[in-house]
Amino acid sequence: MPQIFPPNANAFAKWAILGGGAFFVALIVALPIYARTMNNAVGVPVAQPVAFAHNLHTAQLGIDCRYCHTTVEVAASASVPPTETCMTCHSQVRVGAPQLAAVAASWATDTPIAWNRVHDLPDFAYFNHSAHVNNGVGCSSCHGRIDQMAGIWKNEPLSMGWCMDCHREPERFLRPRSEVFNMAYEPPFDNRPLGLELVAQYGISHEKLYQCSVCHR
Amino acid sequence: MRPQRRSVPLRAVGVLALVLVLASCGRNMAEQPSARAFEASPFFADGSVQQRLLEGTVSRERGGIDASYFSGQDADGLMRDLPFDLTLEVVQRGKERYDIYCSVCHGYTGEGDGMIVQRGFPQPSSFQQQRLLDAPVGYYVGVITNGFGRMFPYASRVPPEDRWAIAAYVKALQLSQNASVDDVPDAALRDLGDSTPTSEGSVRR
Repeated sequence: MPQIFPPNANAFAKWAILGGGAFFVALIVALPIYARTMNNAVGVPVAQPVAFAHNLHTAQLGIDCRYCHTTVEVAASASVPPTETCMTCHSQVRVGAPQLAAVAASWATDTPIAWNRVHDLPDFAYFNHSAHVNNGVGCSSCHGRIDQMAGIWKNEPLSMGWCMDCHREPERFLRPRSEVFNMAYEPPFDNRPLGLELVAQYGISHEKLYQCSVCHR
Repeated sequence: MRPQRRSVPLRAVGVLALVLVLASCGRNMAEQPSARAFEASPFFADGSVQQRLLEGTVSRERGGIDASYFSGQDADGLMRDLPFDLTLEVVQRGKERYDIYCSVCHGYTGEGDGMIVQRGFPQPSSFQQQRLLDAPVGYYVGVITNGFGRMFPYASRVPPEDRWAIAAYVKALQLSQNASVDDVPDAALRDLGDSTPTSEGSVRR
């Protein structure tokens, strides 16, 4: 039987083993560094077809989050309001304002406004708003003081490590259900005593929260 | 001749492996082809995965429910009672939902002085108007479902259970604004503490 590999295959195999090993070591070191330092565009404003100001509508006018994000308590998606919601007021208020031109055009042509997504989780991660707001995770816990933002940006990296901070120790962040939609809620200096009470009250299982299939399903 | 013939299948295996490995490139698991809520989609004419319900769609959750549940009107006209038990929880739910969806225009007491009215929306009628005091609970459910005048319908935003709860709360609001001390049960009167009746006999905190 003739030789399949030429003589220099020995050297190649040796270097491939060495190089492969080095590559995996580098990968194991680099991936966590990348995961822990990536900023994921936190604090970078996302341009929108309509310069909607959350601070005007919530902090100044006092409109509840749920007036527009109607499904946040019952569905996975909090829902982006349809143009109908805008027009509920803007059919009468500030009609013809240049800032509202895209809203008026959307209403007139019956075409949805193409908002740019700010929070884009990878498709292999499942997230459900209702599961969070009904179990003591406040809007501002993830979205920050969105009621004071004139533009729109991500307040947190939405990385897996960031999710796990709370999924490992929910007692550090939970608040009473009555405070979930209170944007100005100030948690106690040490949230744990209250948090542990709420974990018991809401029937939250530490073990379940920690399982892969909770989010990767 | 012989070594050459041997090397052909080896090369074929290599090429095949390369093809298989390369084929897995570019299939990004983070952006899967399946539709997610509010994504853009080239599949539909308007470019959105959010599609309107087709005419005549029957709801799996609410299919077979009487139309009066949504309109507040049955064969005898506007309904005077809720289609489910009126409990304190229902009224409290109604208050919560009223404060979210209605108070922006109607104000927290139903005077029609909400923040959006202060910003230029035409003022709605006060719930203390005789016409509205006389209106039964079903009237308010119909208005929430279908809108009224310049008020848009809230059917897409407020589910029917909440419409009844809000309507019940509006009736409670109306009562509260015209209540006298005699209307307050003795047990609750003690809780009012130092509240004193005014000359008209209405209780002010």
